[in-house]
Amino acid sequence: MSHSFDDISQQLRRRHRKSARLKWISMGALGLAGLFLVLFFADMLNKGLPAFQQAYINTEVNYTEEAATDARQAIAEDLVPIVSRTEIREIPKEIRNDEDLIGTSEQKWLLVNGEVDQYLKGNRNKLNEEEREAIDERVESGQVELAFNRTFFTQGDSKTSERAGILAAVVGTVMTMIVTLAISFPIGVMTAVYLEEFAPDNRLTQAIEININNLAAIPSILFGLLGLAIFINFFGVPRSSPLAGGMTLALMTLPVIIISTRAALRSVPDSIRHAAFGVGCSRWQVVRDHVLPLAMPGIMTGSIIGLAQAMGETAPLIIVGMVAFIPDVGASFTEAATVMPAQIFTWSGEPEHAFVEKTAGGILVLLAVLISLNAFAVLLRKKFERRW
Amino acid sequence: MQTNQLVLIFCSALLLLGLLAFYVGRAKAARVRSAGGSMFAQPDQYAWFAVLSTAGPAILVGAVGAFVMLLLGADIPTFYLLAASLVVAAAGLVVGLAQVRPNFHARQAIERVIRMALASAALISIFTTFGILFSIISEAVSFFQMHSFWEFITGTTWSPGDSFLASAGRGDGEGAQFGSVPLFAGTFMITAIALFVAVPVGLLSAIYMSEYAPQKVRTVAKPVLEILAGIPTVVYGFFAAITVAPIIVNVAGFFGLEASYNNAVAPGVVMGIMIIPFISSLSDDVINSVPDTMRQGSLALGMTKGETIRDVVIPAALPGIISAALLGMSRALGETMIVVMAAGMRPNLTANPLEDMTTVTVRIVAALTGDQEFESAETLSAFALGLVLFAVTLTLNLVSVLMIRRFREKYRVNNL
Repeated sequence: MSHSFDDISQQLRRRHRKSARLKWISMGALGLAGLFLVLFFADMLNKGLPAFQQAYINTEVNYTEEAATDARQAIAEDLVPIVSRTEIREIPKEIRNDEDLIGTSEQKWLLVNGEVDQYLKGNRNKLNEEEREAIDERVESGQVELAFNRTFFTQGDSKTSERAGILAAVVGTVMTMIVTLAISFPIGVMTAVYLEEFAPDNRLTQAIEININNLAAIPSILFGLLGLAIFINFFGVPRSSPLAGGMTLALMTLPVIIISTRAALRSVPDSIRHAAFGVGCSRWQVVRDHVLPLAMPGIMTGSIIGLAQAMGETAPLIIVGMVAFIPDVGASFTEAATVMPAQIFTWSGEPEHAFVEKTAGGILVLLAVLISLNAFAVLLRKKFERRW
Repeated sequence: MQTNQLVLIFCSALLLLGLLAFYVGRAKAARVRSAGGSMFAQPDQYAWFAVLSTAGPAILVGAVGAFVMLLLGADIPTFYLLAASLVVAAAGLVVGLAQVRPNFHARQAIERVIRMALASAALISIFTTFGILFSIISEAVSFFQMHSFWEFITGTTWSPGDSFLASAGRGDGEGAQFGSVPLFAGTFMITAIALFVAVPVGLLSAIYMSEYAPQKVRTVAKPVLEILAGIPTVVYGFFAAITVAPIIVNVAGFFGLEASYNNAVAPGVVMGIMIIPFISSLSDDVINSVPDTMRQGSLALGMTKGETIRDVVIPAALPGIISAALLGMSRALGETMIVVMAAGMRPNLTANPLEDMTTVTVRIVAALTGDQEFESAETLSAFALGLVLFAVTLTLNLVSVLMIRRFREKYRVNNL
């Protein structure tokens, strides 16, 4: 078989074309992944941003004797179907708290119910034609308007979409994270220090190392089963409490902190240790006074990333019951609470269309917190990173 | 309330004893030293040793007592327990102060205590694994006492039915069938769809980043991809249920196919997006650590860059790539929120991904969030499912670790 020069150069061109194709395909794959990300964020912003706006109605509230028992008497009759039910129910409470209010009246911005709110934002709603026209008139006269949604950031959960807020979940998240960090940070750092600086290279050490790597890969829901069986059923930790949730998440975060702390300790050069030993420090003194301070930025970065991971975790918390309905904002370690992801999960299960917007709004808040935590970790690393 | 106050008093008493130990110990050591004797350790170290010998045994006694009360159900009054540990603390204080002598190695003693404390912290991770195993196995065993293991593994009908009535004393729980095959079929279907999305995209991205991309693109693209892994799964679940599922239904409708809104494709695709970074970052590391001499050899023989990658680099990196895919798979199998929110609740044994089907993790969540008695067969079935899930993911992880170790030994790479 003989090949002419043309044959070979043609073959070569074909091969080079094929080679170039691989480059474009692989570039396309990366672009596709980036496209997913962009689409995802666009979709979330599109769905979630309206949640930060809420329709309010300006009306006169009459604090009369009748209003103390039948709250609907307090506002004009034709407004009753427009104003939020939960908002009306607050009026008798206000009167009970302050008897002097009776007989007075006040011009106030009240929450409008979810259907009207959805109509104003151009979403699907149950209003009929007549009601829509009535609302349009009020909007034109400036009595009804969309404004920044304070309620979303100052209230707990509610069964009515217009009054549902994320504050109770934020407080619950903070409490849970305090428990998680208080347990996993010291134990994680101690474990890492032991494995890197103290442990002899024997079977036990190897077992611990394999075990930690394995723990990092166990599905998170199994940690929930552990929390339910051991912490709640066996030790009697109160169900749904930040304590139970925090302890469960602590075990989950532990491997992350251990692995990143070990990496940070390993990056401290041995010459530092040798110098410290040389001037007569004991092993613990070397670690405490020299290695740990130098490794601290790395340890902090790893812990913040672990914390962000724990903050977004839902499955184990559902198993330990942290999907409770929490209307009041309260900070307690042993009472039922909910966390941001669990709140998002609860809202996503509500049938009303207005809750889709709340869910996406909650997601935006959660993503904002996570992104700023991660950005903080990256900044910390950039600022204190040291090349030896 | 009573107990809380007692514990508070105990803690403050212990704190006082500790302070006392510190200052008296230091003063004594300083006195010995100023009397002209040379000592093995610094006064502060003697002081810390005194503190440790005061507080350590006392806390140990308290902890052991509390554990005995909880585990063995022994009824020790809290008051006596705390009083006993205070007595131990006082004894420890006396011993600790007596040890402040010139020929006592206080620093080494402290070192030993700290070493023990660190080692016991390291053991906690072992306890966690055992805790998971123990909690799952013990509940799973009581489930298998009610329903046969064989039926659980091979049965094709999952219908807990009225098993919750049986535990409440009504009904006999007959008719409840726990055949897990449909659940595992659903799980593997969704996992397969996820891998179908994630492996090509992840692997090709890794190839681009390690072989083609300029340094600038690399430093941007890698963290951006990592964002995909950092998004909480509950958010992905919402995305799958609200945005992706209707798209799938519409697309299927366009081709004249009927799709359920809880179809398996939507959670599968979104899960695939989630595990792209797991696969791409590990594959990237592996491809990077394939020795450059292999590439140069191949190029020197006249292979094009594409042929080098396809015929030399990828085969060499294959164990690492497979291990990355296995890790991604174990992630996908254990993933919960995406399937809870976007997949169906109905156990359905079918090969059509457009139908609704449920997974193991969905049933675990459903069984444990219902209002059944804890001892009912349905609740316990969650632990049996958890046991199988644990076994499967553990095996996948171990195989993956072994593969990567083989790769590492073959090319003597140390940073993997």
